[in-house]
Amino acid sequence: MGEGERHALEECKRKGLGMSDAKASILARMRSAMGRKGDETARRAAVTDRLQRAPKGLIPARGQLNPAARVALFCEMAEKVQASIARVASAAEVPQAVTEYLKSKNLPARVRFGEDARLAEMPWAGQANLEIDRGRAENADLATVSHAFGGIAETGTLMLTSGPDNPTTLNFLPEHHIVVVSAADIAGDYESLWERIRAAHGKGTMPRTVNMITGPSRSADIEQTLLLGAHGPRALHIVVVGEA
Amino acid sequence: MQITSPQFKANARHALDDAPLQRALGHVRSGFITKRAVAAAALPEFDLLRDNARDIKDHVLAHLDLYLEAYAEKVEAAGGTVHWAETAEDARRIILDICRKRGARTVTKGKSMITEEIGLNAFLEEHSVAPVETDLGEYIIQLRGEHPSHIIAPAVHVNKDQVEADFRRVHTHLDPERNLEEPTTLLGEARAVLRDKYFQADIGITGANFLVAETGSSIIVTNEGNGDLTQILPKTHVVVASIEKIVPTLEDVSQILRVLARSATGQDMSVYTTVSTGPKRAGDPDGPEEYHVVLLDNGRSAMLGTEFQDMLRCIRCGACMNHCPVYHAVGGHAYGWVYPGPMGAVLTPSLIGVDKAGHLPNASTFCGRCESVCPMRIPLPKMMRHWREREFSRNLNPATARYGLALWAFFARRPALYQGVTRLAMGALGLIGRGRGRFSFLPLAGGWTRHRDLPAPQGGTFQAQWAKAKDTRSKSASGRASA
Repeated sequence: MGEGERHALEECKRKGLGMSDAKASILARMRSAMGRKGDETARRAAVTDRLQRAPKGLIPARGQLNPAARVALFCEMAEKVQASIARVASAAEVPQAVTEYLKSKNLPARVRFGEDARLAEMPWAGQANLEIDRGRAENADLATVSHAFGGIAETGTLMLTSGPDNPTTLNFLPEHHIVVVSAADIAGDYESLWERIRAAHGKGTMPRTVNMITGPSRSADIEQTLLLGAHGPRALHIVVVGEA
Repeated sequence: MQITSPQFKANARHALDDAPLQRALGHVRSGFITKRAVAAAALPEFDLLRDNARDIKDHVLAHLDLYLEAYAEKVEAAGGTVHWAETAEDARRIILDICRKRGARTVTKGKSMITEEIGLNAFLEEHSVAPVETDLGEYIIQLRGEHPSHIIAPAVHVNKDQVEADFRRVHTHLDPERNLEEPTTLLGEARAVLRDKYFQADIGITGANFLVAETGSSIIVTNEGNGDLTQILPKTHVVVASIEKIVPTLEDVSQILRVLARSATGQDMSVYTTVSTGPKRAGDPDGPEEYHVVLLDNGRSAMLGTEFQDMLRCIRCGACMNHCPVYHAVGGHAYGWVYPGPMGAVLTPSLIGVDKAGHLPNASTFCGRCESVCPMRIPLPKMMRHWREREFSRNLNPATARYGLALWAFFARRPALYQGVTRLAMGALGLIGRGRGRFSFLPLAGGWTRHRDLPAPQGGTFQAQWAKAKDTRSKSASGRASA
């Protein structure tokens, strides 16, 4: 161990009370390799500043559109990756759109969803034959409904957050995943949604799982042939509610 | 895993004669290149995003110690546990300890090159824990007792008929008369078999494409959804990731995501980008109860501050191997360890030693395609050259190569002598070969003529022609100037 490395190791041990030996020696080796010792104020300030400010970098022009065009781009990009889209004027029309989708795929009239308040308020009673299960998904579920946190026009991507409202298993276990997204929640880029996540959960705090979903599950592992429905849903159906 | 990098030449010769492998490699040559080119062309900002991605990682590497500390604090604040592992052996021990504590008998695994690097599967099996690979490609090669031959398409060396044979051999609970001709049927069968495994597993192990310092999150980027089922169904989620996966913020992740999938598969975005932070929260109906991150160094901190530091920017997209003529010819297994292609040729000597992996940085035509497509702008050919220099300075090359180079250097340092000797030699060769115009045998050039003819030299040497051309150019230039 060189002089610099020993110095850095001692400093690590002094600062990190109870720090594991492995952690101390990995960090010491790094600091020694970078030739770091003594005053680290400037480096620490640079790190704190970046974590605090979270600078945006370059946002592609593609998604930076007026609200109507943004929603149209979202739909176009999602369809390009084999999602299907239904647009409805209001939340009240969602149950009807779900029933129609199930019928079009010859699926039993049965869906499951979580405790999402927006979904709960929809007039499901109007769909006489539709059976509704609640809670986390089970292996046998054919179709589930989730409400998205938002959408990203740039790539036709949905963002969903975990919790009792929309349990994560609903996104992965069924054959058909139906996702309701409000047109007003569709942003041009990922960065806009990270800001909304921070506003909802606090800076630096996240729900257990944030799923960004772009089309249905797929694999090209057999001879590079693209096949849908590898382990997750074979089909992703997006119901876009309202105008932006 | 058994390291066969020292036998690269024999591996390569074997691979060139392997007809099914050559058939399978056709898919690499035809598919990936066009898809990447189309996706990159469709995003005008693509090259600027590559610059940003490079700058973000350079910034991280200059502050890696501080970002790691910030990240670990956040993981713990979210209720997760961070384990620091200096070596592969440490990482294996830590993971086995977690398995023992949870009484785990079956673990499901999302696709992870780091767990290949630490040889996790074999180790768990030795200790009576059954690892089950759930990515379709990884599952196929696990059934075959093989290792990945590509970092994003692990079974790219396997043909459909081979998959069918493996499924019939292993899935003996199914009707032996079933029809498995269509790839969709094979996929459906794997899906059904693995569904049960997700529910049986006590622990789910995934890798990470990114570790986010701002939030303490790990991120996986996948297409199948297996990595998600692996982490949300079992009671414990273990993330195994190397220290350079750190990225400061979600905004930084977004910059790199825009070049990752486009470079890898030509998708604008992979199907599932999943951000996981700590264990499930009070009231969550699903998700793991425990969340562990095993941070692996295994030689990486020693690369900081050296000429190989830039390699730590790598995001494992596979574009370099998809565009590599050497990879196209021999496939991934010939490289003899976990990481194939140009990124493997640079990284492998760092991790297992140039004495074992010295052939890899030599297995390059220096065509530069890898660097030209690398989303992180890693100067791969330059770093291969650094390895060659190190190999040479440590006397690791064979004697013939060293003497040959010494002889060449003697002449190269004496330009007049060099020109004279080459003029004589080329003239003589041209004279001898003028009948057929080529040689099918030439002393000292057997390595070349065994496989193809050597064209006989025609006209003057390169230097003579260059001098003549320069002369003509300057004459015509001065002619124009006076006109």
